[in-house]
Amino acid sequence: MAYALQQLINGLTLGAMYGLIAIGYTMVYGIIGMINFAHGDIFMVSAFIAVTAFTILAAADVTSIPLALTFVLIVSIFFTSAYGWAVERTAYRPLRGSTRLAPLISAIGMSIFLQNSVQLTQGARVKPIPPVLEGGIVLWDAPGFTVQIGWSQMLIIVTTVILMTAFTWMITQTPFGRQQRACEQDRTMASLLGVNVDRTISFTFMLGAALAAVAGVMVTVYYGVVDFFIGFLAGIKAFTAAVLGGIGSLPGAMLGGLLIGLIESFWAAYLWAEYKDVATFGILCLVLMLRPSGLLGRPEVEKV
Amino acid sequence: MSAVVFARHAMTPAERLRDAGWVAFVGLILGIPLVGLTTVDVGGRLGVETRFGLLAAAVAAVFAGRLLLRWAIDQARNRKQERDRASTATAADRAHGAQRVVNVLGWVALGASIALPILFSDNRYVVDTATTVLIYVMLGWGLNVVVGLAGLLDLGYVAFYAVGAYSYALLSTQFGWSFWEALPVSGAMAATFGILLGYPILRLRGDYLAIVTLGFGEIIRIILVNWTEFSGGPNGISSIPRPSFFGLDFTRSAPEGSQTFAGFFGLEFSPMHRLIFLYYLILVLALLTHAFVSRLRKLPVGRAWEALREDEIACQAMGMNTTNIKLSAFAIGAMLGGFAGVFFAARQGFISPESFVFTESAIILAIVVLGGMGSQMGVVLAATLLVLIPEFGRNFAEYRMLLFGLAMVLIMVWRPGGLLAHREPTVRLNALDKTAATQEAAR
Repeated sequence: MAYALQQLINGLTLGAMYGLIAIGYTMVYGIIGMINFAHGDIFMVSAFIAVTAFTILAAADVTSIPLALTFVLIVSIFFTSAYGWAVERTAYRPLRGSTRLAPLISAIGMSIFLQNSVQLTQGARVKPIPPVLEGGIVLWDAPGFTVQIGWSQMLIIVTTVILMTAFTWMITQTPFGRQQRACEQDRTMASLLGVNVDRTISFTFMLGAALAAVAGVMVTVYYGVVDFFIGFLAGIKAFTAAVLGGIGSLPGAMLGGLLIGLIESFWAAYLWAEYKDVATFGILCLVLMLRPSGLLGRPEVEKV
Repeated sequence: MSAVVFARHAMTPAERLRDAGWVAFVGLILGIPLVGLTTVDVGGRLGVETRFGLLAAAVAAVFAGRLLLRWAIDQARNRKQERDRASTATAADRAHGAQRVVNVLGWVALGASIALPILFSDNRYVVDTATTVLIYVMLGWGLNVVVGLAGLLDLGYVAFYAVGAYSYALLSTQFGWSFWEALPVSGAMAATFGILLGYPILRLRGDYLAIVTLGFGEIIRIILVNWTEFSGGPNGISSIPRPSFFGLDFTRSAPEGSQTFAGFFGLEFSPMHRLIFLYYLILVLALLTHAFVSRLRKLPVGRAWEALREDEIACQAMGMNTTNIKLSAFAIGAMLGGFAGVFFAARQGFISPESFVFTESAIILAIVVLGGMGSQMGVVLAATLLVLIPEFGRNFAEYRMLLFGLAMVLIMVWRPGGLLAHREPTVRLNALDKTAATQEAAR
């Protein structure tokens, strides 16, 4: 029981991170209908930026943790959004309106490019940083097993909740959110009604990248190690989460992320840890077979 | 999508400079965290190292590169406009001419590929690289059936390649099967996997299909890594027997009661014999694949694939059995991938899950799409390009995958339809093409 509770906490933490990345996928898919394959690598870039920022702070003898976290988050969000914007501008915008596969291929190319440029400029070795947040609260001191929620886990879950609230508000209440939803429904019509479609799409990419940046900082804080290959698996799982929740749906992405995180931790804890990725994909296949539009997605009706 | 296209006016030099300056500024922002700063290991802890000189050089390079690129694009556009004005040829004529050029090129390529090992009979590197190109050509042709013809986006094609390779490796090392016995069985095995994968995902379309196939590819790889008793785990399977030439081995000395290839033909032993044999073997396999797929395209099933690609609902309305069409595409594509896998295992003599990662699937898909979906010659061109880019990059080895990724993006942006776009609509609406159609009819 205690063990299961611990897994629940771990799963929620993991799921919150997947959810943050998944939103980037689902928004981009919603608005231009493509898999932004480089999104996982954007997340990886942000983790590297976080490592650099933490190291600078350590060198500058900054000891206040809230200050450090805020600084790292701002720096990481700024640069990562720039990356998100640049990727869209160079690799996807020229291909808008061509075949469906062309942007996918250029996205895969972009993903390989980002991975290798990080490997070249930052080195291929794993980057460890000293733990930023240690310790936590003991929730339940059961005999033989202590259930603990770490400060970093709490940080991740709280940040995700705050971000999700802010984000939902932004999409439903602000002018940008309205434009974003308009573009999602019908880009041509939106442009006729005076919505700057290009700018909205750029901004969507930057938002997605900013959320990925938060996830990148959280991963750096949580695991303390980063390497240039983390983007691939995280990206695929986040995309799986987006599909599981129903692609194009924001609450769906978060729900999918949490489910994937939970499935992964429970599977690894009780069944075979080495097959945890198989479980993720297996469940994805099952969901898609039984409910092809995902959990919260609207079924796609194709009109002729 | 939005059909409004504004004619771009020619840029003045000041505009060019401003444009390049803007791009260089973006480059600077992007470069600061990755190029300008890096973390290095200083006595067990990370320390920051600044590389602002390198960053400045990179930004300058971006500035100059952007200026040059804009200039080159404008030049190319002007030339194209002039050419369009000068020539009276219509789009249809040009497409027809291009098709003829491609056909001629095809024959030239065939001749060159037959002559290559004769011309380079003592150059191990050239023959080896050419063999790699042919493996990718074959994989590209196999995937072309699924993606290019049937329009089903498969991101896990490497799984079938792996199934073929492991089938041969296990059959030969565990049961002593020869290459020629194992080839059809392994192909059938891969086809079975194709149907196994295809069946549950028949209802999915587009990107859902892509992600499930990707997941399937990963599942196969993870199983190969973790099921050590079956597949040897991460260490893979080694000492896989090489194919023989009608029972003649390519070894220096033959075992009791048999002959070597060199001994039988009275040649002096040379390790190149095997390489050249392998080269011709994959050439024959690839040509058979080509003949097979070209035939299939003219058969009802091939027509059905292309119809399915264009419009699934129309297919169903015409009473076509989309289940069978999809499954046959998956099965045949998988079988061809399996054959390529068998050859790969036989050529390397060693396989491990390392060879069947997602990047491999991405490369094969890139070959199909870069070549122009559905175009057989396009696959050859793209496979050659994508194998040779990293090979040329070997001199500055760490940059090769970087160049590869960049090339994928640039080629796509430059020619979104692929290098040899093949799909010509048969019915058009605008006036220009109507005249083309009447000309066609008058001829």
